Amino acid sequence: MSKYTEDDLREELKTKEYEYGFYTDIESETFPIGLNEDIVRAISKKKEEPQWMTDWRLDAFKVWKDMAEPEWANVNYEKPDFQAIAYYSAPVTVDPNKTLDDVDPDLLAMYKKLGISVDEQKKMNNIAMDIVVDSVSVATTFKKTLGEKGIIFMSISEAIKEHPELVKRYLGTVVPTKDNFYAALNSAVFSDGSFCYIPKGVKCPMELSTYFRINQAGTGQFERTLLVADEGSYVSYLEGCTAPSRDENQLHAAVVELIALDDAEIKYSTVQNWYPGNAEGKGGVYNFVTKRGLCEKNAKISWTQVETGSAVTWKYPSCILKGDNSVGEFYSIAITNNYQQADTGTKMIHLGKNTKSTIISKGISAGKSQNSYRGLVQISSRADNARNFSQCDSLLMGNACGAHTFPYIEAKNKTAKIEHEATTSKIGEDQIFYCNQRGIDTEKAIALIVNGFSKEVLNKLPMEFAVEAQKLLEISLEGSVG
Amino acid sequence: MLKIENLHASVEDKAILRGINLEVKPGEVHAIMGPNGSGKSTLSSVIAGKEEYEVTDGTIVFNEEDINELAAEERAHKGVFLSFQYPVEIPGVSVTNFIKTAINENRKAKGLEDMPAKDMLKLIREKAELLEIDRKFLSRSLNEGFSGGEKKRNEIFQMAMLEPKLAILDETDSGLDIDALRIVANGVNKLKSKDNAVIVITHYQRLLDHIVPDFVHVLYNGKIVKSGGKELAHELEEKGYDWIKEEVDA
Repeated sequence: MSKYTEDDLREELKTKEYEYGFYTDIESETFPIGLNEDIVRAISKKKEEPQWMTDWRLDAFKVWKDMAEPEWANVNYEKPDFQAIAYYSAPVTVDPNKTLDDVDPDLLAMYKKLGISVDEQKKMNNIAMDIVVDSVSVATTFKKTLGEKGIIFMSISEAIKEHPELVKRYLGTVVPTKDNFYAALNSAVFSDGSFCYIPKGVKCPMELSTYFRINQAGTGQFERTLLVADEGSYVSYLEGCTAPSRDENQLHAAVVELIALDDAEIKYSTVQNWYPGNAEGKGGVYNFVTKRGLCEKNAKISWTQVETGSAVTWKYPSCILKGDNSVGEFYSIAITNNYQQADTGTKMIHLGKNTKSTIISKGISAGKSQNSYRGLVQISSRADNARNFSQCDSLLMGNACGAHTFPYIEAKNKTAKIEHEATTSKIGEDQIFYCNQRGIDTEKAIALIVNGFSKEVLNKLPMEFAVEAQKLLEISLEGSVG
Repeated sequence: MLKIENLHASVEDKAILRGINLEVKPGEVHAIMGPNGSGKSTLSSVIAGKEEYEVTDGTIVFNEEDINELAAEERAHKGVFLSFQYPVEIPGVSVTNFIKTAINENRKAKGLEDMPAKDMLKLIREKAELLEIDRKFLSRSLNEGFSGGEKKRNEIFQMAMLEPKLAILDETDSGLDIDALRIVANGVNKLKSKDNAVIVITHYQRLLDHIVPDFVHVLYNGKIVKSGGKELAHELEEKGYDWIKEEVDA
């Protein structure tokens, strides 16, 4: 029988191209490569930052110089040469006083290709959006509407100038500069990112969104996001990312800090689709990200992530449950294909009483990829009646990929209740045949099975993001049955 | 409708079907019986197009078309349906979502748009009622934690939704209690028409009390060794398969 066999599928999978791998020829101003104090100063100066900010960066740089890259993750890659990267690149047409109409038409065309027409977003989707290309934030929509509610949503560079008291008060409080190698690097050289402040008691009326894009070759992207939800407020925040296909590895080292004050709630959703490298494992983005949130009393932080891109991912969105009765959640789908490697998970640090955390992790591995879940649940001695539920499921396709689970539990309080469940399964020929027999082709069958597997997490995403995420799952996995 | 000639098939180089001849016309019900290991399930898988099975000789013609080279989903699009002996679980995919996907994929193959949600809902309700399926059942994950009866009823529900031209029921009676058997058989009988055909694969006579066959074939060692009317099933029930074996082996 001439059938669409597994081998055909594998072949097709290999040749499946990265949809967002285009490069837009926009004029950019890029700093010379390499990193030293002068570069840090130059970045700060370029951004017209106040002295305190320059000093903060220089401190971080000093710390970073003496730090070593972490080796403990279950990933293997050639270490980036930090002196071969340009630490600042910006489209030159960006005006600090930009409005959407002033934006370079080439840039706008790029957004269209990305499927995010800023204009339409603005009118139809009721999503306020900040877009960071290479290092600089180029468009922030809906500023006025948000302003009426006292919500501040702007690039972090603007925030440093316009709301220095807020930035100074919170920046680095959740992820200190010394936290880890990449966080220190980011603190020294971050060039832009988003800042958001939701005032007391305000429920943000729309989804806030940041779209990150690495465009220029040979640059690193180091964005910094700081989100503060004041007492009793609520915000849902979305983050998406893409990059052009390039043979070299690009570095992305971001830091995201969330602060949920008493009774506040933050929902933070990410769809990460950085260029994963080609079928032979050449190129792709190194995604080394530190994301952490702090919960005060009765506060809640929910991380939801769909990780499909990047050659190497190192990422552990975490919650520090400092306040009593605070709640932390982590919902994750991580897909690896070809030679991708992901070491991702979360840390739930229970400090307050009656704190609760939930971890649902879905790892899907195909090709020759390696997919690891790494998670820490820590219950401090003061955290009476803390509860955690963790569920880590892995789905394997083919025989050449790997799924690993590294759960760490440290409980110093006897009243803690911790549950951990883990499963590993494989997409079976029988499942595929069953679908085929009902008229569903193999590609669609895999999408259906993977969507079913990931459902608990997909359900946590805001509607419009869930649709995008589902499509992304299909693209990332087209045909890898074993 | 279905014409199988001299069909030989093997799995992992082991010959299982050794020259099957079978013709099924619209409106007919055929029963295929036989002892364990005679090739009954293999025959159904080969007709449905399971890729592990290699057809080494012979032809399968469905509605004047040789379907031997077609993928399983293409055969499904043409109206071949297999009710599985062991339906698989797909966690996280609801009964409704699964059948919706199947219907729309079949429509797509015919160049039709997706079925409007309203029509889909109506159709699901109608067919669920026919098979005495509880509404709550429809939102459960496909076959996950289903009892034997629920699994088989779900198979017939899918058959009712997809309205195939040829339905092959592979050991649909196994794992069913008498009530479930009656419901499933009633469902099949209600779906029967002069335009479609049913092949019932079974080890026992009892399902054939409810779904009455026009023809009964006995499969043994990969060949149909005896064919007859429904009375042949009764004879088998009474005497077992040994006399057939003896007749063939003699």
